Amino acid sequence: MKEFLKDLDKAFENRIRLGIMSALMVNDQLDFNTLKDLLGVTDGNLASHLKSLEKSEYVSFSKSFLERKPNTSYAATAKGKMAFRKHIGAIEKLLL
Amino acid sequence: MEKEKYLNDLSEIRKIMSRSARFISLSGLSGVSTGLIALIGAVLAHQLVFRHHDYLVYEAVPVDLKNLSSLLLIALGTLLLSVVSALWFTGRKSRRENQRVWDNQAQRLLINLLIPLTTGGILCLILLFKGYVGFVPALTLIFYGLALINGSHYTFSHIRYLGIAEILLGLVAFLFIDRSLYLWMLGFGAIQMIYGMLIQRKG
Repeated sequence: MKEFLKDLDKAFENRIRLGIMSALMVNDQLDFNTLKDLLGVTDGNLASHLKSLEKSEYVSFSKSFLERKPNTSYAATAKGKMAFRKHIGAIEKLLL
Repeated sequence: MEKEKYLNDLSEIRKIMSRSARFISLSGLSGVSTGLIALIGAVLAHQLVFRHHDYLVYEAVPVDLKNLSSLLLIALGTLLLSVVSALWFTGRKSRRENQRVWDNQAQRLLINLLIPLTTGGILCLILLFKGYVGFVPALTLIFYGLALINGSHYTFSHIRYLGIAEILLGLVAFLFIDRSLYLWMLGFGAIQMIYGMLIQRKG
């Protein structure tokens, strides 16, 4: 089996998780609703995929208050960015 | 097949990255319409004011109230109509692409455009009231160019070249101040319209 295939990350096999990471690669942080609109998914769906990315320590979040409403912002961690780059690299090699 | 899935993944990644980081619904027609409005404004200013007075010089000139108010009215009218038409065409394009018009990216773009624009606008108003009418065409070109370059991080990156062109024209307009109104028409009118048509055809 080809060596680079191990860089393909199970966490990014799912379209929504892949989408979340793509958006967080080019934005310092994004809040829940922006991610929801961007990906066109339901609250519950997005929340469960964010949770799983948090579990792999690919995504971190911070809570704050925006006009007195709680607001959660998500950001990609260094570990998450590294894994994402590796994943893309592996896809590119695979497609060569 | 496996490969197909990964190809789709890559195109999805690209789509999400550009949609989440940049405001790409800027309409080409807004470039054309603002260019046209700018041309009309400049012709009006020329016919009503500049044709009869030697205002485009390197010193303060006495501007009477009638000319000052004509210039201010034309400037304000041109600005207002341009903003309204740009927002209208861009809003239409956004809705067609099912994007929210007033999202994060649009806000970031607008704020980054507005910082140099407001600075330049206030500076030009001060100069106008002090009688330095001749500096205004060149300076509006320069500050508009700086605003576009500043905004280019948040929308099509090639808008930066439009910005550079406007700055260069502004500097030339400073050099040939008696011709600066024509250079202004070239920058805000002709080049803006050509750029608008180019992105309209592309997108």
